[in-house]
Amino acid sequence: MTLATMSIPSEDQRFGLARRVTLPRPLPLDGGGVLTPVEIGYETYGTLNADGSNAILITHALTGDQHVASVHPITGKPGWWTRMVGPGRPIDPARHFIVCANVIGSCMGSSGPATIDPATGTPWAMRFPVITLRDMVRAQAMLLDHLGVGTLQAVIGGSMGGMQVLEWAATFPDRVRSVVVIASAARHSAQNIAFHEVGRQAIMADPNWQGGCYYGTGDTPAAGLAVARMAAHITYLSEAGLTEKFGRRLQARDAKSFGFDADFQVESYLRHQGISFVERFDANSYLYITRAMDYFDLAEEHGGRLANAFQGTRTRFCVVSFDTDWLYPTAESRMIVHALNAAGAAVSFVELSSPFGHDAFLLDVPELNRVVDGFIRADES
Amino acid sequence: MSDLRPDLAIIAGHVPRGAKVLDVGCGDGELMAELRRSAQVDARGIELDARNVSAAVARGLSVVQGDADTDLANYPDHAFDYAILSQTLQTARAPDRVLDELLRIGRRAFVSFPNFAYWRVRLSLLWRGRMPVTAALPVSWYETENIHQLTVDDFRAFVAERGIGVEQAWFLNGDRHTSAAAANFRAEHAVFLLRR
Repeated sequence: MTLATMSIPSEDQRFGLARRVTLPRPLPLDGGGVLTPVEIGYETYGTLNADGSNAILITHALTGDQHVASVHPITGKPGWWTRMVGPGRPIDPARHFIVCANVIGSCMGSSGPATIDPATGTPWAMRFPVITLRDMVRAQAMLLDHLGVGTLQAVIGGSMGGMQVLEWAATFPDRVRSVVVIASAARHSAQNIAFHEVGRQAIMADPNWQGGCYYGTGDTPAAGLAVARMAAHITYLSEAGLTEKFGRRLQARDAKSFGFDADFQVESYLRHQGISFVERFDANSYLYITRAMDYFDLAEEHGGRLANAFQGTRTRFCVVSFDTDWLYPTAESRMIVHALNAAGAAVSFVELSSPFGHDAFLLDVPELNRVVDGFIRADES
Repeated sequence: MSDLRPDLAIIAGHVPRGAKVLDVGCGDGELMAELRRSAQVDARGIELDARNVSAAVARGLSVVQGDADTDLANYPDHAFDYAILSQTLQTARAPDRVLDELLRIGRRAFVSFPNFAYWRVRLSLLWRGRMPVTAALPVSWYETENIHQLTVDDFRAFVAERGIGVEQAWFLNGDRHTSAAAANFRAEHAVFLLRR
């Protein structure tokens, strides 16, 4: 990957690809108690400038990870946001010091249910504490302390990444100059929670889940996790997108089988999505992170009024939604924008047109890059 | 500044340095960019058209995609020194309510609009019997966004009835100023500076 060679070689072991650190302090949690030790898997790209003003944090979505612009170690695929992060992109290692960390609760190097609890020497499994998005963000702040980053030029993320961005702005307003919230929401709706519950029940209904203690047994709840992914994947696409891509076309056959094979292309596609997902993701992590998202309600954390979360903020906000996103529809972004207006914050908002549904933020939408680039550069003159 | 539309140039010339401004119907942010450049104004914008919003955000301006008719309610009272409504009043579904909101959000408000009693407009109606297409009203009746056409005298009566103070007014024929006395006949555009 060219990015690795682009970044200036550093003796400092804190910087670079595929980094991992055990943070020096325990992490107090919203749910009570502390998480210790706190391990964080992360990557950095580019170089922190002398006055430390060019640091940008990328926050990832539910099943994302720190490999924002580097090859994924398991799938061998390019980073998940190379359209946005990379040479000549809006977030460019030639200009920015870019940090992306695996969220706690996940399974790509940060503390989660699959990591070892030093108290027992076995994986945490369901003894891992239930965490919140704010806990994730506080862990990221501790990572930035470790990296010597004080104030961030920007925090940028889509979907659950956008929720972390909002938590950043609300929790550390003096530590972030601008934020970009893409295809996201300030709370999980009943419908959002409902879809997640389907996924969790699919995992827990798999006999191989074994109450979460499947590590080392040779069995994993792969079937349950695959079904969870299939259900969720539908919510990431638009109906028009599915129709255009698959319609009612049959998969490698001329006629219906009058059986329960994947007759339709869309079935085959979803099964593939489910199967390939379980190779790279831990089922218990899926439970914990979806729970954290369902618990997310930024207004609730601030006396029931969303504007309170941003009162007196000097952070600049950019909010972007997509017209075909029905998972976090434009109305959710508007709620954020109205609250920011009420708080007197500097906010930009646009609903972009895309056929791709929620996933649009990861796909080729040139207008998104133009908006983010202009918004980021306004801070650099 | 010379590239600005004449009514925008008047507004730009009368917003004091460092003021806080909300431009309602800001287009691609032309006026906001000028205010920021020439007077370090803290400018925010609202614009309906997504392409205009993208263009404005891409030039680093704080612009929100929204509708003057529905999206002003969330701004606190007197959040801005000036609220600006340029060439947008006549496109609102409820211009009276938009104006009320404008004067609630801003301590003062600039309002500019095309004058439907301009003599060329009158001639077009009188002699040709057709809805006018002029420099200020450039498109046909079926394409126009101007659903609430008004005249200078309409607006004067409107603000008088509501007890809204006119601090200053400018009347334009092309890019030339014309007198207040003959404005209802001779002005193609009007710009009012209002205060509740």
